[in-house]
Amino acid sequence: MRVAPTFTVALRALRRNKLRSVLTALGIIIGVGAVIAMVGIGNGAKAQVEAQIASLGQNVILIFSGSTTSSGIRTGWGGAGTLKIEDAEAIRREVPGVIGVSEEVVSTTQVAAGNQNWFTRIYGESADYFDIRQWPLAEGAPFTSQDVRSANKVCVIGRTTATQIYGNENPIGQILRIKEVPFTITGVLTPKGLSTQGVDQDDIVIMPYTSAMKRVIGGTNLRNINVQIADPQQLEAAQQQIVALLRQRHNIRPGRDDDFTVRNQQEIAQAATATSRVMTLLLGAIAGVSLLVGGIGIMNIMLVSVTERTREIGVRMAVGARGNDILTQFLIEAVTLSSVGGVIGIVCGVGASKLLSVYANWPTLISLSSVAIAFLFSAAVGIFFGFYPARKAAALDPIEALRYE
Amino acid sequence: MNNGAIVSLIDVHKTYRTGEMEVPAVRGVSIEIKCGEFVALMGASGSGKSTLMNILGCLDRPTTGHYILDGADVSHLDRDQLADIRNRKIGFVFQNFNLLPRTSARENVELPLIYSAQRLTHSELRERADRVLACVGLAGREDHHPSQLSGGQQQRVAIARALINEPEVLLADEPTGNLDSRTSVEIMAIFQQLNERGITVVMVTHEPDIAAYAKRNVMMRDGVILDDHVVSQRLEAASQLERQRAATV
Repeated sequence: MRVAPTFTVALRALRRNKLRSVLTALGIIIGVGAVIAMVGIGNGAKAQVEAQIASLGQNVILIFSGSTTSSGIRTGWGGAGTLKIEDAEAIRREVPGVIGVSEEVVSTTQVAAGNQNWFTRIYGESADYFDIRQWPLAEGAPFTSQDVRSANKVCVIGRTTATQIYGNENPIGQILRIKEVPFTITGVLTPKGLSTQGVDQDDIVIMPYTSAMKRVIGGTNLRNINVQIADPQQLEAAQQQIVALLRQRHNIRPGRDDDFTVRNQQEIAQAATATSRVMTLLLGAIAGVSLLVGGIGIMNIMLVSVTERTREIGVRMAVGARGNDILTQFLIEAVTLSSVGGVIGIVCGVGASKLLSVYANWPTLISLSSVAIAFLFSAAVGIFFGFYPARKAAALDPIEALRYE
Repeated sequence: MNNGAIVSLIDVHKTYRTGEMEVPAVRGVSIEIKCGEFVALMGASGSGKSTLMNILGCLDRPTTGHYILDGADVSHLDRDQLADIRNRKIGFVFQNFNLLPRTSARENVELPLIYSAQRLTHSELRERADRVLACVGLAGREDHHPSQLSGGQQQRVAIARALINEPEVLLADEPTGNLDSRTSVEIMAIFQQLNERGITVVMVTHEPDIAAYAKRNVMMRDGVILDDHVVSQRLEAASQLERQRAATV
């Protein structure tokens, strides 16, 4: 085939009709740009959710106390008080692969220091908690296992709580009154931002769970137990062992429901990312429709162009162009329009998503694969929608074409 | 094949089918054109001369009969083979010039070379196109677009395009139909000059004074050849132009 000269011919033809070529390519530019930007936004949202899930910690299993019904009122998860400190110790002792366990109790209360006070959440945890959540301290030190054993009056606080009570002062070593009990602040946590549910994770006071039980909340029941496993491969097995262990400890007969709930982090992650995956698909599909419309635009213009240039086609055939030469020429024109449009569209799409992330603060993520797919797809659109007009041109009868007015 | 005939038609028929009707356009034409002839094909519209021209130009195939071009039977070649024959052996000149609009004279002339089997570089293409344009008196106008050229100049670009592949036969379909009489003479001068250099020219015309520049006139009517004679009092376009020029000075 005489592709190289035909290529020149096709490019010359596009240059002869600059405005038309640009407008036709614009359909593809908008289509590809929209696909890139939309998928970028969707992926960005997904990545953000995934990052938030990861902030829960790696390979974490959460065990919640079951709900209970007392005179017709159901308490919700954690209300039944079926999880005991001994359960957590049994898990620490008996389940292989466990590298961290944190007994957790939760409450909300007013805290005060000097003339400031603030309503915040109180978390009682073990010393493993900061490792499990991968939540290092910004300043000071965490409480220790010794503090937990002795139920010492120490706590660490989140960034929000610190700012609300102490302003710009250094809170470390200060006394925080929680339910009139004075706690010494040993550290301030690094900011973690909003959770997937939109809760400010830094509005918090964390203390040994023993101290929380004894001095703040009262009671001997755990709301939940956080367990960290060393190896993600062992997650499933460890989860099953925990279920078996707790059923045995709680004397649940086979066939009866568990009085606790076990979730692992992967399940939570899957549930949370499912939404953003659907969103990505939806946005991508809408943008794909505009790419399709762009393709139809190319076909439309190529059909007009074939009709308009019937005489030219006749002349080319008269001087020796074969059907294939004509077909190739028009196909190259269509594919050039669509792939040049595709490249410009990619640039525009990337630019648009960068603008969105800078000015609208939307997280966007452009993957190389989405760029490659968008480009290949736009070239394919050119071939698909260019083929019919090109074949029509190639099938013209030279005598008819020469006589065409 | 025989005695230097470049073109020979043997009992060529062409019948068009329009619905149920069969319309015979050419009904048994046999003719031989030798190398170096200058033939004017004449006839009223509907006489079959255009159909015959299409067959001679390998744009169409005869329904029956044979067309031997340069010693090879081309009557039953397929579309692609005919395209190659047109490219290598035939140069076309049309009544309405049929130049590509918004395309320079040079690029118009290069057109047949693009579809040629010979591989030429960009500069070779350019060089050849410029040489042929100079031959038809258009040196210096290589970059002009058809809209910037007069009718006579456009037709000369078309002639240059027809000549670039050094064809065996130059086919001209009413080449002066859109031109005034003076420009027509200029075009005829080019044809005669080319013919003297040995190029075979076949030209369709319905103007007897244009046919008088040819060496041989063939009259057609109702799809058959009515008359075929050598022109006795041949007009010389070059000397006519000279006389006109002398008169205006």
